Amino acid sequence: MTLSVKEETRFVFDCETGNYHTFCPISCVSWLYQKIEDSFFLVIGTKTCGYFLQNALGVMIFAEPRYAMAELEESDISAQLNDYKELKRLCLEIKEDRNPSVIVWIGTCTTEIIKMDLEGMAPRLEVEIGIPIVVARANGLDYAFTQGEDTVLAALVQKCPRFSNVINENATGQDFAESDKKRLVLFGSLPNGVASQLTFELKKQGIEVDGWLPSQKYSSLPALDENTFVCGVHPFLSRTATTLVRRQKCKLIVAPFPIGPDGTRAWIEKICEAFAIKPKELESREIKIWESLKEFVDQVRGKSVFFMGDNLLEISLARFLIKCGMVVYEIGIPYMDRRFQEAELELLKRTCEEMNSPLPHIVEKPDNYYQIQRIRELKPDLVITGMAHANPLEARGITTKWSVEFTFAQIHGFTNSRAILELVTRPLRRNENLNSFNSFAKTYAT
Amino acid sequence: MKLAYWMYAGPAHLGTLRVASSFKNVHAIMHAPLGDDYFNVMRSMLERERDFTPVTTSIVDRHVLARGSQEKVVDNITRKDKEEKPDLIVLTPTCTSSILQEDLQNFVNRASTESDCDVILADVNHYRVNEIQAADRTLEQIVRFYLEKAKKTNIANSSSDLDLTEKTAIPSVNILGIFTLGFHNTHDCRELKRLLTDLGLEINEIIPEGSRVDNLKNLTKAWFNIVPYREIGLMTAHYLEKEFNMPYVSVTPMGVIDTAIFIREIEKVILDLGKEKKASSSQAPISLNNKSNEIDYDKIHKRFEDYISQQTKFFSQAAWFSRSIDCQNLTGKKTVVFGDATHAASLTRILTREMGIQVVCAGTYCKHDADWFREQVFGFCDEILITDDHSLVSETIRRIEPSAIFGTQMERHVGKRLDIPCGVISAPVHIQNFPLGYRPFLGYEGANQIADLVYNSFTLGMEDHLLEIFNGHDTKEIDQLKDNILKSPVNNLDVTNTLEWSKEALIELKGIPGFVRGKVKRNVEVFALKNNSTVITLEVMYAAKESVTT
Repeated sequence: MTLSVKEETRFVFDCETGNYHTFCPISCVSWLYQKIEDSFFLVIGTKTCGYFLQNALGVMIFAEPRYAMAELEESDISAQLNDYKELKRLCLEIKEDRNPSVIVWIGTCTTEIIKMDLEGMAPRLEVEIGIPIVVARANGLDYAFTQGEDTVLAALVQKCPRFSNVINENATGQDFAESDKKRLVLFGSLPNGVASQLTFELKKQGIEVDGWLPSQKYSSLPALDENTFVCGVHPFLSRTATTLVRRQKCKLIVAPFPIGPDGTRAWIEKICEAFAIKPKELESREIKIWESLKEFVDQVRGKSVFFMGDNLLEISLARFLIKCGMVVYEIGIPYMDRRFQEAELELLKRTCEEMNSPLPHIVEKPDNYYQIQRIRELKPDLVITGMAHANPLEARGITTKWSVEFTFAQIHGFTNSRAILELVTRPLRRNENLNSFNSFAKTYAT
Repeated sequence: MKLAYWMYAGPAHLGTLRVASSFKNVHAIMHAPLGDDYFNVMRSMLERERDFTPVTTSIVDRHVLARGSQEKVVDNITRKDKEEKPDLIVLTPTCTSSILQEDLQNFVNRASTESDCDVILADVNHYRVNEIQAADRTLEQIVRFYLEKAKKTNIANSSSDLDLTEKTAIPSVNILGIFTLGFHNTHDCRELKRLLTDLGLEINEIIPEGSRVDNLKNLTKAWFNIVPYREIGLMTAHYLEKEFNMPYVSVTPMGVIDTAIFIREIEKVILDLGKEKKASSSQAPISLNNKSNEIDYDKIHKRFEDYISQQTKFFSQAAWFSRSIDCQNLTGKKTVVFGDATHAASLTRILTREMGIQVVCAGTYCKHDADWFREQVFGFCDEILITDDHSLVSETIRRIEPSAIFGTQMERHVGKRLDIPCGVISAPVHIQNFPLGYRPFLGYEGANQIADLVYNSFTLGMEDHLLEIFNGHDTKEIDQLKDNILKSPVNNLDVTNTLEWSKEALIELKGIPGFVRGKVKRNVEVFALKNNSTVITLEVMYAAKESVTT
């Protein structure tokens, strides 16, 4: 499972200036408020945060979302107003209007800089208003985009009940016997359908999933203890993993992530290994999925791709695309936790060897300006990038795919592998469809 | 603290970035944390911009928090100077940097000695001004910077041939305030240019969109300035009036009446300037057609009046539309208007004066310009609403129950909820408000566009009502037909009878968005029948999904 030092040196990890475009981590409220149905997310920040959310969330903002800004004004910054009283007033208003089971406070850059003690205030206020308050510091000073979810889940871990407490409350003789059993909790927010697909895959192997973090309801957070095995479904959940291990003494299964049929199979295998179960019919299942993807794989084989990096899914996606026969020039990634992604990196390396593909260059904290110079030289067939660069690159004849779509599309498990390739091939298919028009346009456009 | 879900105007730095990135070869560097460069996404998406947005961030992270930016900001400025060779770099503070209270001016001073380009610090306070006010201020700041620079070089170098008092021979104008992400700004600009050229005026400079900072020293060559929008450009116009004695016209030429007033204001300015020039006879005589060397007041007057009447009668259909039967049907219909000061005020006047529609409530989110707005719409509406709280606007609309709303994207969604049609007349807007086709709001073509917008909003509303009164679209039979097809022996799939859905599968099905649910259901059922499953379980559903090819 561990990489030997000699092998690891074969990956080239670079770290650039960190001057890259990504979403602010507070964007996680957009999918988390939908996932946790009885929650309310309160982002404590400025107009800048609000304007970002309003524009990034697009039409969702008109659907009376269960999130709001606590907009800090000059009097809050200069401490003329009492933070505690102000937050209490707003939280009571939220309680009145929406009556949520939990209020999640999202700390921002501003609360960091003015050192607003959210963690200190939350327990007091919680008692006073009678609603649990979870504090997550999802700010742009420390984190990028999807890492926002990581901070929220890590905070939720501490609200998960101890398994023994749950058992004692409604104990029967049988339950006590079961309390020593190994149990499995998966972490990472997925749309309910995708979560049940993964649960189902494991069930086929005889493994029951005892809970998900986050659960659909705050009130049904999974119980944890030292007999709980935990496994992540997203590559960006390293803090959550650490917190599960350190705070709740859970056992972490380090596995590749269930993205692509190869990743899903490896993920299931690692979980089976932890439960000492021999996986059955997994290989044939993977082969079958690959067969159904043949048409797409044929389209991408031999094409080159460049990840500019903004959502931390990059390693897993690159590994899957290499397996599809693509050549990956560069994997830009905001932050690389080599321990949490260990198994994924190992699978990436194995995949490269298998496909006879050179090991891609991994660039942490990339510099978009330098990346664009490299893109100009390399002329990749596809650049996976943020919206800030997509149109300008297209205008320069470079085909792009908007990276954020990978975060919002359903891409996990065997069933959804197709969705990834649909996304990846869409610009390529568009190019084919427009082939004759492109030459026309090139002739007539300047 | 304020509980907020939606805001009409963005944060201050956005206004600065919009102005800076509208100029050619000007680069803005934000002093901000990771993720605050969302402006680049907006510009690239909404404007479908082909070029990289000239905005980068000097990132504020933990280290900056602990030890200050130190060399970082200066390094980033000098680096950009080398990479992009811009004429000007605007260092832009954000909400984060304003509480850090670093001495950004000091960074700017240091960086400007080390770089070839000019460097300035945008003078905006995040907690006191919004996007609109910041844009106005930044434009003035940049103009002032370059004109003062020009003055200095003039003094230093007396042989310089730059003369800040020199005017063009033909009457000429600057258009101030056309900029990126502005509501239909590029179309309005084209329409304004056409109108001014028709009047025999020369366009001197248009700022900031597409202009270069090097050209700003030419601003003073124009006879006068035009500020088409209330929100941006007025500060610059005031500055140019005070320092260089340049008059300005700030009437917004929206709607046929205001366009006529706009043209008459221009006439007045030209005549006044002409008189002055005649008095100081050494100046070149005024000429509107390049031939006559003498000012003929009557000729200018007649020419402008002829133009107004010609355009109103024949080019613009808006005036005729007002008298047509269609418009008669709009008489006394109730509306609510809400938007930025310029558009909301102009629309209110157009609706009441030019179409006979009753504006029950006119409002704006430009709280800083409330007095001007009140004065503009006074007498043209029953109530005035000044607020930036969208729920208050929504409540007002609910109470009034107008037949149509004219507002921003937010009001459009309120309209959707309440089943009231809405025409979008002002920012904040979505990508559909950056049309590819020619859609000005200003001038005579603008009046046509507005008439269409107004009329279409109302008729669509009427259509729905009429359909309801007459029992709606004839859809029942079509539904029946569909059912028959499904059950027909041709398909051999009497799906609803033989197949049973498990509880979990039904829940999963409900989770699928409505517009594809039917299709998914059918596909799953077909798959189940093919595989001889009688109960549709989750397993069958997933297998069906996997089996779908292309």
